[in-house]
Amino acid sequence: MTATLQYLFDALSLGSLYALGALGIALIFGVMRLVNFAHGDVMTFAIFVLIAPTSEAVAPLWVGAWSTPLLVATVLAAGAGLSIVSEWLVFRHLRHATPATTMMASFALGFVIQNSLLVLHSSRPKAVNLWPTLSMPMNIFGARVPALQLLMVGITMALLIGLAWMLRRSRVGLEMRAAAENFDMARMLGVKANRVILVAFGLSGTLAALIGLLMVSQTGLVDIRIGAPMMLVAFVATVIGGLGSLAGAVLGGFLIGAVSTLLQAWLPLDARAFRDAFVYLAVILLLLWRPNGLFVTSTARQRV
Amino acid sequence: MSLLEIHNLNVRYGGVTALHGLSLTVKAGETVMVTGPNGAGKSTLMKTIAGLVKPLHGRVIFDGQLITGRAPETIAAAGFSMVPEGRQVFGAMTVLENLRVGTGMRRNKLAVAADLDYVMDVFPLLRERSHSQAGLLSGGQQQMLVIGRGLMAAPRLLVIDEPSLGLAPRVTDQVYEALMRLRVERELTLLIVEQSASRAVMTGGRMVMLREGRIVLEGDPRQLSAQQMQHAYFGYEDDLATST
Repeated sequence: MTATLQYLFDALSLGSLYALGALGIALIFGVMRLVNFAHGDVMTFAIFVLIAPTSEAVAPLWVGAWSTPLLVATVLAAGAGLSIVSEWLVFRHLRHATPATTMMASFALGFVIQNSLLVLHSSRPKAVNLWPTLSMPMNIFGARVPALQLLMVGITMALLIGLAWMLRRSRVGLEMRAAAENFDMARMLGVKANRVILVAFGLSGTLAALIGLLMVSQTGLVDIRIGAPMMLVAFVATVIGGLGSLAGAVLGGFLIGAVSTLLQAWLPLDARAFRDAFVYLAVILLLLWRPNGLFVTSTARQRV
Repeated sequence: MSLLEIHNLNVRYGGVTALHGLSLTVKAGETVMVTGPNGAGKSTLMKTIAGLVKPLHGRVIFDGQLITGRAPETIAAAGFSMVPEGRQVFGAMTVLENLRVGTGMRRNKLAVAADLDYVMDVFPLLRERSHSQAGLLSGGQQQMLVIGRGLMAAPRLLVIDEPSLGLAPRVTDQVYEALMRLRVERELTLLIVEQSASRAVMTGGRMVMLREGRIVLEGDPRQLSAQQMQHAYFGYEDDLATST
């Protein structure tokens, strides 16, 4: 019973990170049909504002030394800011380009961000110990769960509810959903394309920064290589969910989190090192069964 | 007073020249039917006015404002509402949400509420199904929804591209009855695209016939002979086509 509960929390917290990542990708894909491979690098950029640039092994804190509310706000703003600037500098000029072109552009952008960080900070992972008290385990029905895990699940749930509310009830949410289904039609009804895209990129960047922050507080490391694997899993999650479906992306994220945790627990010890191979095998099987993902959106259907 | 003026419009679309120096004027309060065979350039003309397609040459002036090359949302805000070919409802959204998309640029929320009531009076079915997913409606219901959606943007010029496409004749009649009612009650200027010329006769408006990107016949359809129309439509004898 306690073991089951432990796995449940592991699965939920890991799934939360993946779900938030997938959501960030799906938000932009929804309105622009762009798979933004720079998403992971936006996340890396956001957490690097925590430390001052140095090639030493121990980096002096910069934003990381600020008070918690200011720190969180600054990191999130850094993610949102870079995301919006990248739309402004790169993707805005490629609105009418093919999806392959914009995807390549996003790869290029990712490399630019990553290499800029490399020049400034060197490739060494830097230790940043944020909120050590959050790693203290809490006792929940006998299971020992770090407070951070609970916080991750809590934040994710609150965000998902907030986002769902925004999309259902607010003006900009209505416009985003209309634009995601049929951008030209939405524009002919007066929906401002730039505004909708700005909101999508801003939200996506904020989500990326949030994942980065949660990962740093979990691992205690700021690492230049943190973004790419996260981006990969998040992208796979959106594909599993059905590209273009926000609910599908979230579900896909949680699904990958759950499968990873279960495999970690059930695989024989010798095979655990190859856990990810088994995870992706499951992904391949799932996609063979449902090539369009779990949720096929109406827009995806139109495009076939 | 002319609400829409199109001067010498040249458009290339999909690698071919779709419109050859087309000029057309629509007066305020007028109903204009644009007809012509497949590939005549009817939809391209509408897309160009709406701002989805950029012309090579030519100018579009709407209500005294030059709108050529402007963004679709800017043109919509000027009072131009487009009901495109193939309906294009937001299928995953409810009927009510579909109707609300076009109201974002309107400041007077009381007028929006009144218009919503009006649209639902004209199309009672939309009231009944206001919380249904738009994608689940039948073709005729979707056509009524997109006309209502276009109206909610409070346009002065409503453009409807092939409202009869894929509909049973009885349903098409209902759609046209509603349009004629709107024309009177809302003092709307209508620009309707249809493949067949027969509807143009019924609406009592002016007919503009397009073929191969040019206007080949223009006038009151009740005063044009069936032979004139057929010749212009199929392009048998070019000497009969009074090209502008």
